[in-house]
Amino acid sequence: MHGYHLTIVVAPLIAAIIAGLFGRQIGRAGAHWITIIAVGLSCALSVLVLKHLYFDGGQAENYSVYTWAVSDGLRMEVGFLIDRLTALMMVVVTFVSLMVHIYTIGYMHDDPGYQRFFSYISLFTFSMLMLVMANNFLQLFFGWEAVGLVSYLLIGFWFKRETAIFANLKAFLVNRVGDFGFILGIAGVVMFTDSLDYATVFASADDIARQNVTIFSGVSWNAMTLICILLFIGAMGKSAQAPLHVWLPDSMEGPTPISALIHAATMVTAGIFMVARMSPLFELSETALAVVLVIGSLTAFFMGLLGIVQNDIKRVIAYSTLSQLGYMTVALGVSAYGAAIFHLMTHAFFKALLFLAAGSVIIAMHHEQDIRKMGGLKKYMPITYWTALVGSLALIGFPGSAGFFSKDALIEAVKDSHWHGQGAIYWVAYLSVLLGVFVTAMYSFRMFFLVFHGEERMDKETKSHLHETPWVVTGPLIMLAIPSAVIGWFTIEPVLFGGFFGDAIQVLHRHDVLAELGAAFHGSAQFIVHAMQGPAVYLAAAGVITAWFLYLHRPDIPARIQKRASGLYELLDRKYYFDDLYIKGFAAGGRSLGRFLWQKGDELIIDGIMVNGTAHTVGRLAAMLRQLQTGYLYHYAFAMIIALTAVLFWLLWLG
Amino acid sequence: MIGLQHYLTMSAILFTLSVAGIFINRRNLILLLMCIELMLLAVNFNFIAFSRYLGDETGQVFVFFILTVAAAEAAIGLAILVVLFRNRRSINVQELDSMKG
Repeated sequence: MHGYHLTIVVAPLIAAIIAGLFGRQIGRAGAHWITIIAVGLSCALSVLVLKHLYFDGGQAENYSVYTWAVSDGLRMEVGFLIDRLTALMMVVVTFVSLMVHIYTIGYMHDDPGYQRFFSYISLFTFSMLMLVMANNFLQLFFGWEAVGLVSYLLIGFWFKRETAIFANLKAFLVNRVGDFGFILGIAGVVMFTDSLDYATVFASADDIARQNVTIFSGVSWNAMTLICILLFIGAMGKSAQAPLHVWLPDSMEGPTPISALIHAATMVTAGIFMVARMSPLFELSETALAVVLVIGSLTAFFMGLLGIVQNDIKRVIAYSTLSQLGYMTVALGVSAYGAAIFHLMTHAFFKALLFLAAGSVIIAMHHEQDIRKMGGLKKYMPITYWTALVGSLALIGFPGSAGFFSKDALIEAVKDSHWHGQGAIYWVAYLSVLLGVFVTAMYSFRMFFLVFHGEERMDKETKSHLHETPWVVTGPLIMLAIPSAVIGWFTIEPVLFGGFFGDAIQVLHRHDVLAELGAAFHGSAQFIVHAMQGPAVYLAAAGVITAWFLYLHRPDIPARIQKRASGLYELLDRKYYFDDLYIKGFAAGGRSLGRFLWQKGDELIIDGIMVNGTAHTVGRLAAMLRQLQTGYLYHYAFAMIIALTAVLFWLLWLG
Repeated sequence: MIGLQHYLTMSAILFTLSVAGIFINRRNLILLLMCIELMLLAVNFNFIAFSRYLGDETGQVFVFFILTVAAAEAAIGLAILVVLFRNRRSINVQELDSMKG
């Protein structure tokens, strides 16, 4: 299997290098063929690895490939930890990546940066695989930063657009904040265990949990709580949790295929994956889990609300992604790591599908993204319509769809998680995920109705060119619609309740809500019947009906609501003023601090007083002394006489 | 009776005159040279007076040395003065301030 693992990682890297450096020689077709073949190979081998681990009962493998450096006993290595958690992520990443590669042929058809784009997305696949397959923190961090870099490059792919450059800089800077926490967390791990290796660190988790760290004098925290919160700050940056979420909506400036691949399906879930991977650490700190839970639930509900007021088709889905990431984080917070990863998987399929469908609409609309200028596209784009419907239903949790199983299991897990007590945290989390269902259904179908139903609001010119997109676009849509529809039905039992993850995810017995749920689980069909008795399904239905009523039946009402509740609308439209706070507060504050240090600190004190000041003082002193140098002989002679007299006096009278 | 103090007073007057001449005179470089000569002569005067008073001839030998050196110095000084005049067309002390800082 070792050869498989290495091939899975290296194939996309080689393809990326060839497409990137020799793009001109191999041409456009060469670039897409080589990257698609490489990622296809990775995908096929990943499926084999998963099959080997799950169906053939293979053992999880943890081995080192290459030792980069050994410093004071700290081994810095490249190594793979291939267990079922990793294998599942590998399949999801490579499958979505493959679909996006194929889709890109259609979407980027006329773009001059065609080869560059393929090179970047292959490089992304490589980075993401390095991240999920890592068996040590260093490689995790490498993958973490590498996906961040590719994300930066791809958001700014159209580097002549000012908004794109702003967005990619913003993404990079906001991620820096998260990465700062993340690297401090890793430093904490190294400090307490002297090791970067997962297995070693997890083995000494109990030791860490017994120690305390003094942060300020007098403030002492449990070491595990500190490490976990720091690591989670990293996850907040990468997985766009409030308040570090601001970069994700702006990242929609990038081309749609990468919005699907990086900013919906895979990269943003790296934080979720990381926390699940670190479950042996997080389990030992209930404080950290409570933080995770609160952050996740706030993100899940409040970011969903923003989706209702957005008019850019991609931004609606971006806020939906934020909200769904919040759901996954909530699941992590209640120790239902399996549910988080399960939702991550189904979300990867249906959200990639939704983005690609949005991209298909954008192609047909000649790069118009405003949903107010769309409508009635159903009859022009039947394949896109039906696949988008599947994606939307999966997103809102229509009974039987993939999203239904993952989201409902997640909500059940939150409901049954009693270890946070019945206190405020529990109710905040439970109400957030529950009301979030209504909000999700509402914004999803608002967008769906505005785009595909109702009157046709586009101009004549666009309308005359409307037609279904080519097969390279619709093919991936269909390929993603299939798992979006059915994968939940088949995988919920093994993934959530069948001990699928084995030792990869460790949950303390008293935290283990999934085990409680599993005891009551009797097959997928029964799960649906059981869910029908809960509020979530009806909330989703209510959301769809509300969207139908407001945007198809009585389209005049939303405008009136907007006028009536203008304060609320303003709050949502300005995204809770987070951008204003960051741009006017932190960014402008940072700049004015910089300007202060530049003008006062550098120019005034260092340059003005210390460096030039020394020279000026010497100069002024010399200018004074120059007055004595008249150049006249008689002055010099006079001075000599005076001095002589003085010396004589000194010698004769005082000496 | 003319005693030592008269000679010394004479010498001091001559010396003071020459010093005053050096820094009061602002016009003529030749005067400056003459003042220096006068200063040397005033010192010579002291030497001779003490030589006679103490009955020691060494002082008078010194006077000869000083006179010789003063003659050489005057020659060099005048030569420099001539060159200076050729270059600047002036021996006005007030104009000779190229050492001004």
